[in-house]
Amino acid sequence: MRLQIVKRSEDPPKWLPIATSLGAVVLAFVISGGILAAVGADPLQIYRYFFRSAFGSWGAFSDVMVKATPLILIGLGCALAFRMKLWNIGAEGQFYIGAFFSSMVVMVPLVDVNTTPPIVTIGLMMLLGIFGGALYGFIPGLLKAKFGINEIITTLMLNYVAVFWNNYWIFGKWSDAGFQMTPTFPRRVWLPRLADLAKQNPFFSGMTLHVGVIFGLIVAVVLWYIINKSRWGYKINLIGDNPKAARYAGIDIAKNIILVFMFSGALAGLAGMTEVSGVVHRLQERISTSYGFSGVIVAWLAKLDPFAVVLVSILFGALLVAGREIQPSGVSFLIQGTILFLVISSDVLMRYQIRLVNTKKASVEEAA
Amino acid sequence: MNEYSNNQRIPAVEMRDITLRFPGVLANDHVNFTLHEGEIHALLGENGAGKSSLMNVLMGLYQPQEGTIRVFGKEVRFNSPKDAIAAGIGMVHQHFMLVPTMSVTENILIGLDKPKLALNLKHYDEEVRHLAEQFGIRIDPSAKVWQLSVGEQQRVEILKILYRGARILVMDEPTAVLAPQEADELIATLKGMASQGKSIIFISHKLNEVQEVADRLTILRRGKATAEGIGLEGITRERLASLMVGREVIFNMHKVDREPGEVVLQLEQVSAVNNKNLPALKNVDLCLRAGEILGIAGVAGNGQSELVEVVTGLRECEGTIWLDGKDIANKPPQVSIGGGLAHIPEDRIGVGSAPNLSITKNVIMKNFESEPISHRWQVNYTEAGRHAAELKQKYDILAPSVETQARKLSGGNLQKLILARELSSAPHLIVAMQPTRGLDVGAIEAVQQLLLDQRETGCAILLVSEDLDELMALSDRIAVMYEGEVVGVVDGKEADLNTLGLMMTGSMRGPGSCPPEPAAAGSQEREG
Repeated sequence: MRLQIVKRSEDPPKWLPIATSLGAVVLAFVISGGILAAVGADPLQIYRYFFRSAFGSWGAFSDVMVKATPLILIGLGCALAFRMKLWNIGAEGQFYIGAFFSSMVVMVPLVDVNTTPPIVTIGLMMLLGIFGGALYGFIPGLLKAKFGINEIITTLMLNYVAVFWNNYWIFGKWSDAGFQMTPTFPRRVWLPRLADLAKQNPFFSGMTLHVGVIFGLIVAVVLWYIINKSRWGYKINLIGDNPKAARYAGIDIAKNIILVFMFSGALAGLAGMTEVSGVVHRLQERISTSYGFSGVIVAWLAKLDPFAVVLVSILFGALLVAGREIQPSGVSFLIQGTILFLVISSDVLMRYQIRLVNTKKASVEEAA
Repeated sequence: MNEYSNNQRIPAVEMRDITLRFPGVLANDHVNFTLHEGEIHALLGENGAGKSSLMNVLMGLYQPQEGTIRVFGKEVRFNSPKDAIAAGIGMVHQHFMLVPTMSVTENILIGLDKPKLALNLKHYDEEVRHLAEQFGIRIDPSAKVWQLSVGEQQRVEILKILYRGARILVMDEPTAVLAPQEADELIATLKGMASQGKSIIFISHKLNEVQEVADRLTILRRGKATAEGIGLEGITRERLASLMVGREVIFNMHKVDREPGEVVLQLEQVSAVNNKNLPALKNVDLCLRAGEILGIAGVAGNGQSELVEVVTGLRECEGTIWLDGKDIANKPPQVSIGGGLAHIPEDRIGVGSAPNLSITKNVIMKNFESEPISHRWQVNYTEAGRHAAELKQKYDILAPSVETQARKLSGGNLQKLILARELSSAPHLIVAMQPTRGLDVGAIEAVQQLLLDQRETGCAILLVSEDLDELMALSDRIAVMYEGEVVGVVDGKEADLNTLGLMMTGSMRGPGSCPPEPAAAGSQEREG
């Protein structure tokens, strides 16, 4: 008997992509458990604690959703770009620039925060966040469309530029008494949170979940519609599958590269805005715990499906929350990394199948 | 006939009652196949007839459910190509498996145990050179593979097999990728190898080539052998074709005499460079009228691809290209598509289709932005599906459903899909490049008839082909290209192979490229 890896002659069954994604997650926990056991910890106990701190109470779940919100928005943006085979790994930078632009409303200030109705101020912050992210996506998009410059390099490097740009402002002009952060924004410009309802219903007290999560869910529906129903979505799928055929069919590829990059960036920018206005309430260093990069993993694990992005984001949000609760906090990154590794390597099962070959009888049996 | 072929000795390969089933498909149905030592045995059949399956059984890639295989009299059971190679059988695939940055000798040595440590390439270069000389194969063993032409790369593949001591060679449609001269050289090489005792299986669906090269032939149709090892004397092309497709094939297309109409396409002093930035088109003048087929003849690489790309808006150029009186030179493809141009590209998979998308999504590629398939900003997929189903029926595209991915279609069906999409837009001008290359006889007939039907409805057709028989059968006029120039235009009825051949090699020039009448006047009128 021996194992043989054979190219699939037929399409993989429909359930297989879902099964491999779930399998990757489960296997990642098993492998990470093995590593934890090897260093002398009790993996089961850790996982039990993990689960409790993420889903043990409504308050905990609210924290999970707070972490999931930027992941949903960024993951959706990445999913769209990846569908066109545009490898935008610059969501981190687009997130920071979105955060910066929305902070401008309060810090410059663009409006008189104390007299303008909050809905106008917050609306303006959203618009500017979206605009900033789109602008920051426009740069690599233009470079790719006009000069064919590799977007992986440009987006990756622009991430650093964005971080340093923000640092310039929070270390200098906008600094709060020399600290590396702006002063806290007035409560009027905070995104409404569940905790705001605590006066009416004490159940919500301490829940930090803000309306940004609703933006995420709306965008997921809109994106699903774009991808599956719209003419633009058709173009994106066509360019993604065969750009030469798209050009031959008369589709302006350069224009769509820029548009998709701007859309992708806009969502990351909106995520930056929700984080500033909904969670941190100021612009400061490290407002992102690598959301931009986790968003890439989220999109990939969700196989670029908008609704799956939401589910995977919740899983990753849970990992982030749970990771905060235990020491060393690296455990959740260990699991994240293992998941990504397994998901990417499981892709091979889409194209190949593993067979068990009985060398004596030469009969072929399917094993996977 | 050589000393080996008419012997009564043990056959090199004897496959008996081979039956190979896949879920839902009977790929081979009790096929018998016998290869004698020193013969060239052609394996003929349409795409999907089971030729490749049969050879994959011989190479050990598939295990048949029934049947026996004997190689030089010994019954064998191969589990992998490794076993087949050990038994002296080697296969040259259509797609070469070479490392471009390595030399010929290095490519031949890949996967072998020797040389063990230090690479004394000189010694192996000598060995390869010697082996090549023995079979009259021209190759420089120290050349890097990326420097070689397709024909030379194929020789490397053959040497790879010979070096491993193969006595039986399987050639999978070896001429499909070659220029005519290279094909001639290959055939001479194969004949030489056969006379030195090698046994060769020659897979093909080109009838004339089979007649030229083979000693005997076996024909497969839908998994069954319709002829087993018959000789070639006294057998006509028509008979071979009907054995392949199961019905009579008309080789002379029915073409109606018809007066061409208005000028549809006119090229004036068009020049362009190729991908390497070298001049590929030099001051080309051409004109094409409604209801006319203008054939473009030429050895591959003399500017035909660039000509097509320039007209379809995929390549920049100098000069003017009038389509119905509008200059479309250097305009993006959407402009010419809007102007009624249909393009049947040379590369069906790489340019003409999106392989992972469904048939539906492939047929709406050019009309998804117009009613009724487009509904405001949406694509109406219900309507698109209906449109696709209609075309599938009308153009006889064989596929389980319109949701089938394009990459799962056979070459002929994919080409029908492309034709269905392009012709359903009621074009004024069709630019078709190699529309029948690689297709089987039945599909060729269908494609050619579709083009003639379009001509009758008054469509202008620019037909680029390397198949001179096809050009002469279909074209009203034939323009010959040589080194980026149009060296002459001949009347389709008066064209003969000899003249065309001389013009294609640049040894002769023909008459002017554009008839003087209404052409020039017409375009100027519309210009104002």
